[in-house]
Amino acid sequence: MSYHIQITVNGTVNELDVEPRLPLVYLLRETLGLTGTHIGCDTTSCGACTVLVDGTPVKSCTMFAVQADGCSIETVEALAHGGELHPLQKSFWEEHALQCGYCTPGMLMTTKALLARNPKPSEAEIRRAISGNICRCTGYQNIVKAVQRAAAELSQPAAAAVAD
Amino acid sequence: MIPAAFEYAAPKTIAEALALLRGKDGEGKILAGGQSLIPMMRFRLASPSLLIDIMRIPELRVFKEEAGYLRIGAAVTHAQVESSATIREGYPLLFSAVGIIADPVVRNRGTICGSLVHADPAGDWGAALLAARAEAVVVGPEGERRIPLDEFLADAFTTVLKPDELLSEVRVPTPGPRSGGNYQKIERKVGDFATAGVGVQIMLNAQGTVEQAGIGLCAAGPISRRAAAAERMLTGKMLDDATIAAAEAAAQADPTADTRGPADYKKDMFRVLTARALRAVRAAVEASGGRT
Repeated sequence: MSYHIQITVNGTVNELDVEPRLPLVYLLRETLGLTGTHIGCDTTSCGACTVLVDGTPVKSCTMFAVQADGCSIETVEALAHGGELHPLQKSFWEEHALQCGYCTPGMLMTTKALLARNPKPSEAEIRRAISGNICRCTGYQNIVKAVQRAAAELSQPAAAAVAD
Repeated sequence: MIPAAFEYAAPKTIAEALALLRGKDGEGKILAGGQSLIPMMRFRLASPSLLIDIMRIPELRVFKEEAGYLRIGAAVTHAQVESSATIREGYPLLFSAVGIIADPVVRNRGTICGSLVHADPAGDWGAALLAARAEAVVVGPEGERRIPLDEFLADAFTTVLKPDELLSEVRVPTPGPRSGGNYQKIERKVGDFATAGVGVQIMLNAQGTVEQAGIGLCAAGPISRRAAAAERMLTGKMLDDATIAAAEAAAQADPTADTRGPADYKKDMFRVLTARALRAVRAAVEASGGRT
C-alpha cells in the first residue's frame, strides 16, 4: 500500500507515492537520485546518512520517508551554489578533513546545523556535536580544524551571504 | 535491510490513536521517534502490521511544569529536554542523564517516553527516572491510569502496557529545596548502551540529613530498578563519607557478563558510580548553600 506525501528536498517540492517501509535515505538516493547522502551502517550508528529535516540533523536510515510528509529536507547537494563550494566544504578541502570521504556528507550536514545554532563553537562543542558521526580515517583532528576554519570564515560579513 | 511491509497512520488526537490500536487487536505499534523501533524493524526483530505515528498529536507535545510535576509528553525528544533551561536549572538528574543518551543526532529524534516503553535493560531513562520517582501516565479504552515507574517496567523489553494502551506522558516530581540529582554512566563509546548506569536524586531536610533518597540502576539485570537497600541506608543520615561508603556497598546489582565487561567488573562499577553520583549531589547542594 502506498501513501501520498509532499516533501521538499533542497528547495524542490516533490509529490510522491511511497510505501511506508521505505527509509528516507533510500527515497533520497534511489527515487530522487541524490546519491550524495551515503548509507553506512544502515542501523543508526554511523551518521553517514545524516541530512537536515526542517534544519535538524537526522539519521535518514532511521526515519521512514512517510514520516517526512510536509517536511523540508536538505542534503549535501544543497551546499554548493553555482560551482562555488560552501565554506564548510572549502574548509574540509583546505584542512584535509577527509580521506575516503564516506562520512563527509553526514559530517557537513551535522556541522552546518551546529554553526547555524552556534556560530562560534569551542573545540569541545564541535567534538560533542559530531560525536554521532563516525569517521574511521582522520582521527577527527582535521575535521575539527575544518569546522573552526569555516566558523571563522562564516563570521566574516562577506562570506555570510554564500552560506545561507 | 528493508522492514516487512506495514500500514501507516498519523493520527491527530490521542483518541484516534487509541481507536487505531484497538482496531488492530494487538498488531499495531506506536511509533514516536523510532530510534529503537525502526532499527528493530529493519533487522526484522519487530514486524508490526500497522505503525501509528504519534508525533503529529499536539496533546503529546506537552512539556511543562504543573502542580509539582514536570510533564514530559510522548512526543518530546531528548534534544528538547537537553536544550531546556527548566531542565538545566531545576532538574540536574535529568540534565546530567540526557546529554549522554545515544548520540546528538539520535537525540534529535528519539523520545523519553519511547525509551521507557522500549524498556531496554540498559536504557538510561529507566535508571534516571526511577531515581526521580517518576510516574507513567497511560491512556487506554478505560481512560487514564498512573503507574509508578517501578511497576511500569516489568521485565527486559517489557512494560505493563496493554496492547490497546499508550504511554501519553511521564511525570517527574519537581525537586524541592535542598535537593540534588546526578546521573553517572560508563559507556565504551558515544552512542553505546551503558556498561553500568546509576541515577541519584536526594532531598535533605533543614537539619542536613537525607529526607528522601532515590537511586536507580540500569544494565544491572533484566530491567532497570531501584537500589532499595542503598536508599534505606541513606535515609535519615547526614550525607558524609561514612554514609556514602555504606550506600555504595549497598548498591547491589545483578549484571550479566557480555561484550561490555564481566559481571564482577560491572558489579563493582555500580558501587563506584553510586559513590560518584552521591558525591556530586553533595557538592552541588553545598555549593548552592542548600538552596538547590
